Amino acid sequence: MSKSVLKKSSPLLNGNGISNQISEKRLEVLKTYKIYIGGQFPRTESGRYYVATNSKNEKLANMCLCSRKDFRDAVVSARGAFGSWSGRAAFNRGQILYRVAEMLEGRKAQFIDELVKQDSTRLQAEKEVNLAIDRLVYYSGWCDKYQQVFSSVNPVASSHFNFSVPEPMGVVAAIAAQNNSLIGLVSIIAPIIAGGNTCIVLASNSKPLCAVTFAEVLNSSDLPGGVVNILTGKVAELAPFFADHMDVNATVLCEPDTSLVAMAREKAANNVKRVFSYDKTDWLSAESQSPYYITDLQEIKTTWHPVENIGGAKAGY
Amino acid sequence: MAVKKNNTIKLKFDSARNLAPAPESKSAAKINPRYDLFINGKFEKPQSKKYFSTINPATEEKLSEVAEAGQQDVNNAVKAARVAYDKTWKKMPGKERAKYIYRIARMIQERAREFSVIETLDGGKPIRESRDFDVPTAANHFFYYAGWADKLEYAFPNRNTLPLGVAGQIIPWNFPLLMAAWKIAPALATGNTVVLKPAETTPLTAMKLAEIIQEADLPPGVVNIITGAGATGAAIVNHPDINKIAFTGSTDVGKIIQRAIAGTNKKATLELGGKAANIIFDDAPIDQAVEGVINGIFFNQGHVCCAGSRLYVQESVFKTVVQKLKDRMETLIVGDPLDKNTDIGAINSRAQLDVINNYLKIGLKEGAEMYQASCSIPGKGFFVRPTIFTNVAQSNRIAQEEIFGPVLAIQSFRTDDEVIEKANNTPFGLSAGVWTDKGSKIFNMTTKLRAGVVWANTFNKFDPTSPFGGYKESGYGREGGLHGLSAYVNVV
Repeated sequence: MSKSVLKKSSPLLNGNGISNQISEKRLEVLKTYKIYIGGQFPRTESGRYYVATNSKNEKLANMCLCSRKDFRDAVVSARGAFGSWSGRAAFNRGQILYRVAEMLEGRKAQFIDELVKQDSTRLQAEKEVNLAIDRLVYYSGWCDKYQQVFSSVNPVASSHFNFSVPEPMGVVAAIAAQNNSLIGLVSIIAPIIAGGNTCIVLASNSKPLCAVTFAEVLNSSDLPGGVVNILTGKVAELAPFFADHMDVNATVLCEPDTSLVAMAREKAANNVKRVFSYDKTDWLSAESQSPYYITDLQEIKTTWHPVENIGGAKAGY
Repeated sequence: MAVKKNNTIKLKFDSARNLAPAPESKSAAKINPRYDLFINGKFEKPQSKKYFSTINPATEEKLSEVAEAGQQDVNNAVKAARVAYDKTWKKMPGKERAKYIYRIARMIQERAREFSVIETLDGGKPIRESRDFDVPTAANHFFYYAGWADKLEYAFPNRNTLPLGVAGQIIPWNFPLLMAAWKIAPALATGNTVVLKPAETTPLTAMKLAEIIQEADLPPGVVNIITGAGATGAAIVNHPDINKIAFTGSTDVGKIIQRAIAGTNKKATLELGGKAANIIFDDAPIDQAVEGVINGIFFNQGHVCCAGSRLYVQESVFKTVVQKLKDRMETLIVGDPLDKNTDIGAINSRAQLDVINNYLKIGLKEGAEMYQASCSIPGKGFFVRPTIFTNVAQSNRIAQEEIFGPVLAIQSFRTDDEVIEKANNTPFGLSAGVWTDKGSKIFNMTTKLRAGVVWANTFNKFDPTSPFGGYKESGYGREGGLHGLSAYVNVV
């Protein structure tokens, strides 16, 4: 409808040509919250759902109650994405993380609204979203720097050139902090992918909205499909699978429940999975970001090569 | 009938094997008839009142007997370590800790010959390897980490370090003294105290190290060395007052340990099994590569977690490489480990001999072709001829499972992508080797092989400054170098 055909004098219409009176009764288009696997937004294969509510028990949305099969599908796509993501130039990964920050900045209002729906005050919500954006920028910068800080050239006694560099562990299965919607999720995803890993992340069960909306941000940020996969569901149901899947290299838990952590650690032994528990971290604090979150999920690879030794002059490093 | 003319040049190896014996003297080593437990700076009789024998695997003769630490002995050792940690070691300035560790390094060097002979007698490895590799590298490891003790604030950018407390350390029988050094040196440098258990078949050099530690005047309880078998190890792992487990051994036991400490706050480093791929491209310097393959699989009778036990040869040079390997195998001298000419010594134990022989049967049953050097082996003791298998499928057990003996599984490949896929197709990821003349290919391969240590145009090299450890089911954590420090500290 073009503006010119509308009569400005009409009391029923505002400047946009939309009726003020009608808009009060206008039916809101509700968003379907789905999950994020391999760059797509499917529903859970199980067809199950749960109702996300706020503290007043008002319904916010029907969320996917993900199953073991969803997790396994997500692992397949994370494994598939690992080779090209870890093989990308570190600089390129940095740019993509920065792009994620840009996209999040542009959709700040939406995230603030969702946080407010999930019981944040507007002030808290603003702070959380700002921090999430800044954290993405922070880890974007680390993408091509942690290697230099944590590598070494080793002065071996024999005639060899020998160096050690961090390499991503592979596929990481992470259970995000359950007590917040956005910052906990972003704070673990960013160091995982900054280091070249791919991941499957289980969002907060009680505050799941921002996780799905963040997946939309990721999807529009040149991040290849499969690098980050986001599921919603029950921690107690899915945690055993996060811990015992044989094609997952590391598990990150942000769970205060010590018996759940113990269970996960025990199951992780099936394939000598690395387990990291960030149970006491306050993700809103300044200390909750550091390159050590990246290096936790890195292996150190050491490479040797002989150095030719001719004419008595010894080359060395 | 006309005799068929054969123009093939045959190499003769008789002279290579007919070297006069050059045995190292046993008299260089003083072995007590019995060893007690080293707890709180003293040699204590075990509360368990039990002892077990340790034999020379090359002759099956008893060398000595050592105490079998029971639960009460483990308790005593952990308690001594805790007291030493709280009262002395964690408060001691780094530069003072350093001097004790330097002292240990020097004393090992001074008694190197004795250590070498005992290592060979107790474990069966050739004296040349004990003398030129195990003992000097062990001393160097102490010397290297000694220097870190007062420099830890430089190791982790923008962070400080705190020691963990009491470390329980369980080591294998393939490099007994060297593994003790790999475990004890970084633990002490970072301010931890130690309860170490050597393997039950090779306890003697660890007990000799205990003598040195006593002689070096290390404060009592800082290092405790207790002997025993699996039950003793389990008692250490499960002891509630241990803060850290450092284990080198099989992947199966590593998983048991990971499960056992799942519900605790114990930190762990696990250095587990391997099935390393050694890859030869057609442009490789073939003779050097063959030498590297021989070293990669037959070093220490193949009792090496990072042994190059899978060989991948590019198709165009496959025949040449296999023939050269066979020729080189003919020159290997298998026999008396104390003889300085010996290349391959005794298998460490009867149990391990059985494991290896069983895998030979499995290999044949799976349809692989076996070739063994034609050398004779001693009638007594535990020996295996160096063995290679060709016509091996990727799914064969001899290509998938760690054999921990002088047994090589050989496969061919055509393209880079194919060999990367095959090399990485294993639950292990400890080490790998690449042989090619092309630099760009080396870096392509070394970045794509999922293993903690990658040797290009060399194999089985180790150094105190060089981090060692695995990906995937080969364990986690690193030993050696700057990165080896993080196994023993909380970074705060």
